Amino acid sequence: MLSLIGIVVVIIGFALRFNPMLVVVVAGIATGIAGNVPFEKILSTFGEAFLKNRYLALFILTLPVIGLLERNGLREQAQNLVSKIEAATTGRILILYLFIREAAAALGLTSLGGHAPMVRPLIAPMAEGAAEHKFGKLPDYLRFKIRAFSASADNVGLFFGEDIFIAFGAILLMKGFYEQNGIFLEPLEIALWGIPTAIAAFIIHATRLYLLDRTIEREMGKINTDRSGS
Amino acid sequence: MIISLDLIYYLTGFIMAGVTFLTLRDRSHPKRYLTALFWGLYAISFLFGNEIPAKYMGVIVILMAIIAGIGGVRMGTYSQTSDEHRVERAKTLGNKLFWPTLLIPVVTVIGTVGIKDMRIGGFLLLDKGNITLASLGVACVVAWLVATIFTKEAPANSIKETRRLMESIGWSAVLPQMLATLGGLFAIAGVGQAVSTLVGSAIPVDNRFAVVAAYAIGMALFTMIMGNAFAAFPVMAAGIGLPLIVVMHGGNPAIVAAIGMFSGYCGTLMTPMAANYNIVPAALLDLPDKNSVIKAQIATAVPLLLVNVLLLYFLVFNF
Repeated sequence: MLSLIGIVVVIIGFALRFNPMLVVVVAGIATGIAGNVPFEKILSTFGEAFLKNRYLALFILTLPVIGLLERNGLREQAQNLVSKIEAATTGRILILYLFIREAAAALGLTSLGGHAPMVRPLIAPMAEGAAEHKFGKLPDYLRFKIRAFSASADNVGLFFGEDIFIAFGAILLMKGFYEQNGIFLEPLEIALWGIPTAIAAFIIHATRLYLLDRTIEREMGKINTDRSGS
Repeated sequence: MIISLDLIYYLTGFIMAGVTFLTLRDRSHPKRYLTALFWGLYAISFLFGNEIPAKYMGVIVILMAIIAGIGGVRMGTYSQTSDEHRVERAKTLGNKLFWPTLLIPVVTVIGTVGIKDMRIGGFLLLDKGNITLASLGVACVVAWLVATIFTKEAPANSIKETRRLMESIGWSAVLPQMLATLGGLFAIAGVGQAVSTLVGSAIPVDNRFAVVAAYAIGMALFTMIMGNAFAAFPVMAAGIGLPLIVVMHGGNPAIVAAIGMFSGYCGTLMTPMAANYNIVPAALLDLPDKNSVIKAQIATAVPLLLVNVLLLYFLVFNF
């Protein structure tokens, strides 16, 4: 039970807004000590796990490309492009992206998308550009909201798509877990039972993106009457 | 194989070494040496990770956390292009600007699906065990070459731009790996078993709905703590899913697995511990509130979790 101290450290640390990097180190050391892990082993676990998970940082490889293109007007061009499509609204662009992201992930194409290669350079500027084209300059809080929703479309699409692809790691993990316990399942069976949730995720999030358009329209309506009134 | 994961890591290390060098030269940087030390240590983990003994790597990791904790990782000054220049360039280059970005996913997919078995001189071209990551590496190099040709920029400018982007993301770029180390320590200290004993002793095991709800909500909560549904699944499945839903109440194990994992993903949408999905993107999109992506996702995650509880309850005992 004492080993749960790490969880307590994490919750308190995040709640009090300490630097998350420090919180994690303190929680890790506390957990190790409480679980009677020798200090040297704690250190080597930090090192090993950090190295083993270096793949999480590979978005860095996309930055030289994105940076170079941004320097030459990539985001501006993304906004130009959507301003030419009359039917484009923030919500519709994001719903389309959510759909493509989820469908591609379900077919195993999880690398079609992502925050560094797609959302920052293309999707978020397009979502912002569509609103700006219709209503004029956006206040910061709306701009940030649109960006946050752009990131959310990527996450929701990826998470609830990838799990219905049979060769995905999570499916194999679940199959492996049951095998250790003497239950043998086909990956396809697990994947198929994910479909109802995958559909529900799309419906719920797409509805919220549709409502985002309404919010933008209402907020900008208020702002534009103020602008013309003064 | 010719293109291994290690090679991709060396390339990443090389980029980070370039970032470190530029930060060191930035005389007006408010925390020049500490920031450079942080990026330098990070570069070392990519370049020499295989040579450095694990416990010394652990010391490096803790050192990085301390530098971040004392506010040592800051933004510097960058020679950015002006708005007018960018609008002008966008006009000249037009939709050609999209090609390199789109090349990244397209080449990655081609590598993953199309040429995974290709051999040159008897050697596999791509690392089969890490096919997606190896393909991503190749894709980024191809896209970078195309981008330099299209924009006619000096290659050094891409490292300058990388430094601008990296320093705007700051230490949160490293947070996902940091959290993974915590998962490692939780595992060897037996945190999982402690949680499943605790939860198992707290619910009325005879009530089917209570068991199902405890399992799904437990998956979400434990994922929020661990930042990762993969880490939560073995714990909750061993604690509740298998003994109570499958064995005691005769539920379908495939449904327990599928919907359980998705309940965990609802947790992923709501936690700063899933830094690579929630915190890094907030930094990448220049959002002042690091939790704004999570805030945009909560109203999707909570109803979806409820849907999961209901789906699980109505499906698991009937199929």
